[in-house]
Amino acid sequence: MTTDPAKPDPKPSRLDPEAMPRRDFLGIAATSLAFGACGFAAIGAARMPKAAVLPSASKKFKVVLPESLPPGEPFFPPGRSVALFREGDRVHAISTVCTHLGCIVKPMTGGFECPCHGSKFKPDGSVQRGPAPKALAWLSVHAAGGGAVMVDEGTPVPPGTKETL
Amino acid sequence: MSLETETPPGLRGFIENAKRAPRRFLDSMFRSGKPVTDRGRSNFVFGNVYLHLHSARTHRWSLRWLTTGGLGIVSLSAFLITLVTGVLLMFYYKPYPEAAYLSIKDIHFIVPTGRFLRNIHRWAANVMVVCVLLHMARVFYTCAYRKPREFNWVIGMLLLATTLGLSFTGYLLPWDQLAYWAITIGANIAQSPREVTDAVNITQHVDPGGFQKLILLGSDEVGEEALIRFYLLHVMILPLILVGLLAVHFWRIRKDGGLARPADADKRLPLPDVKTYPVFTEAPKKTYSLAAIVKGRTAAVGAGPENTVPSMPHLFYGEAAAFMLTVFVCVLLSIFIDAPLKELANPLVPENPAKAPWYFLGLQELVAHSAFAGGILIPGIVIVGLGLIPYLDREKSGTGEWFGGPGGLRLVGWSAVFGLAAVIAIETVAIRFGWIRQWFPEAPQLLITAINPGTVLMAVYGVYSVWLVRRYNSTRAGALGLFTCFLAGFLVLTLIGTYFRGPNWDFFWSPSQWPGH
Repeated sequence: MTTDPAKPDPKPSRLDPEAMPRRDFLGIAATSLAFGACGFAAIGAARMPKAAVLPSASKKFKVVLPESLPPGEPFFPPGRSVALFREGDRVHAISTVCTHLGCIVKPMTGGFECPCHGSKFKPDGSVQRGPAPKALAWLSVHAAGGGAVMVDEGTPVPPGTKETL
Repeated sequence: MSLETETPPGLRGFIENAKRAPRRFLDSMFRSGKPVTDRGRSNFVFGNVYLHLHSARTHRWSLRWLTTGGLGIVSLSAFLITLVTGVLLMFYYKPYPEAAYLSIKDIHFIVPTGRFLRNIHRWAANVMVVCVLLHMARVFYTCAYRKPREFNWVIGMLLLATTLGLSFTGYLLPWDQLAYWAITIGANIAQSPREVTDAVNITQHVDPGGFQKLILLGSDEVGEEALIRFYLLHVMILPLILVGLLAVHFWRIRKDGGLARPADADKRLPLPDVKTYPVFTEAPKKTYSLAAIVKGRTAAVGAGPENTVPSMPHLFYGEAAAFMLTVFVCVLLSIFIDAPLKELANPLVPENPAKAPWYFLGLQELVAHSAFAGGILIPGIVIVGLGLIPYLDREKSGTGEWFGGPGGLRLVGWSAVFGLAAVIAIETVAIRFGWIRQWFPEAPQLLITAINPGTVLMAVYGVYSVWLVRRYNSTRAGALGLFTCFLAGFLVLTLIGTYFRGPNWDFFWSPSQWPGH
């Protein structure tokens, strides 16, 4: 607030407060509007780095398991990080993306192992040793007719979920 | 005829002016003429936009090689080299998967001098990381972070983080197997808070890890979005941040009173060489204060600029020498050692072993037990802890001296022995006998996140430094011990990660023992 140094303020009265000078009011209003606008713009800009639709390729794919696939043996559809198993007419899919740091696990006798930090998993995906914090994800599988199955890499299901063909 | 004599009118005058034009051009470029007098040398500094960040005179203590080793200037030089070579590489580089790989291949094999430029860019980046770390160690060990330089130390921490960020983002750009899998690992480290949120089952409500990875990659996998983000960070955002921070960093050196030196530095300096440009020897009787303009003591108040020499030539020649040495080393390394380029990135087959850049291999050694503890918790604590040092160590003695004066070196020596022994012992146990998961496969993840070689090592170092604080009754002693231990730990873990880890991150004494793969 501006004061006149030549004339010291008389004791302000509680009942008759001095009106805020117009310039002060306009200054405060303009400053708060400016900050408000910046804040509003910042909130808008902060939404920008995440696109509404992620640009990754479709996570669903259709595959026909080979007739000769023995029970308990994994089948790796080409181009996908998934292992498919068939026991009788029941099929399930396990993701081969390591839960530690995202490397692709390889099959070994009695499960999977990760080349990056040596995590080992049992055939059902549960952790046997190494730094992986959780089991390999089981993925949603559906019969797609004609012996084919539709696998959805984007939809994990509880371990043990199998689909009857 | 002198330059300033009148020229006759007409054609003769025109010819005369044309002859003198080059000299006059030079005169007009350098405002104060040749720096031969003291005043001229000062003018040379503050009359030049690029040099005037320096003070006109420099204390002789600051010019000793032992004071700084020139490490800051070398780091800056390396940055300038990456800046120039980086801009040149941008002429050919195309930030799109596969095209990126092919363009790097073009730069390497087809573009004239392309391979050389790429090599220099990579080597200068490495030199920069090394020198930034050494520079930090120098500032720490000479206690140069103390009041009034605390804030500049914090800026230094930010610069360290930015430097590492620049290196890391540059690592993805070639889009080869090395790049792809290093970034996959890096992005999943960013996601690793899930290790904790999963364990307490709140990931579907609060998922900072998933958010970090998504923001970094712009997608849920390393692809074109990730590449363009890393490219933008690497060539635009991080360099701008770095330059902004550098400006503050340099400015604060000036404003905080130049380089730190011991209170009795003047007494300890030998008399100047007779051939040296004369130094001031007498303090003025009158003291000056620039009240309300400069906060705190100004460098010259009550002391006069004795024991200082003109920055031109004494400081600038030293800086130029450091710059030339940096260029020389980078060029030499680039001639003999090529930057690597592996096969095109294949998202289905991980590189085995997949290794991050060398300065992250110490961390990779830690994430091989727990991604969250090794990749986020420990680095976070280390960076915050380092930043806090000047606010915790408020002692005064030993500022500007290596290891804080006599006795310090012995303490550092013993701390190095302790630090090395501790890290080697813990790594030996982890490599020889495995860790909790091998002994108790059912152990909950939170237990492993909390207790793994990294956190155990950090706790051991912490207890040791607290013990030092009590034993010597000095925060500085504790800080010396802790910093030395962390350097030892960083060194050993980096060496193990670099040289002794092979496929499946198994331990091998030498790469020749790696199984074929």
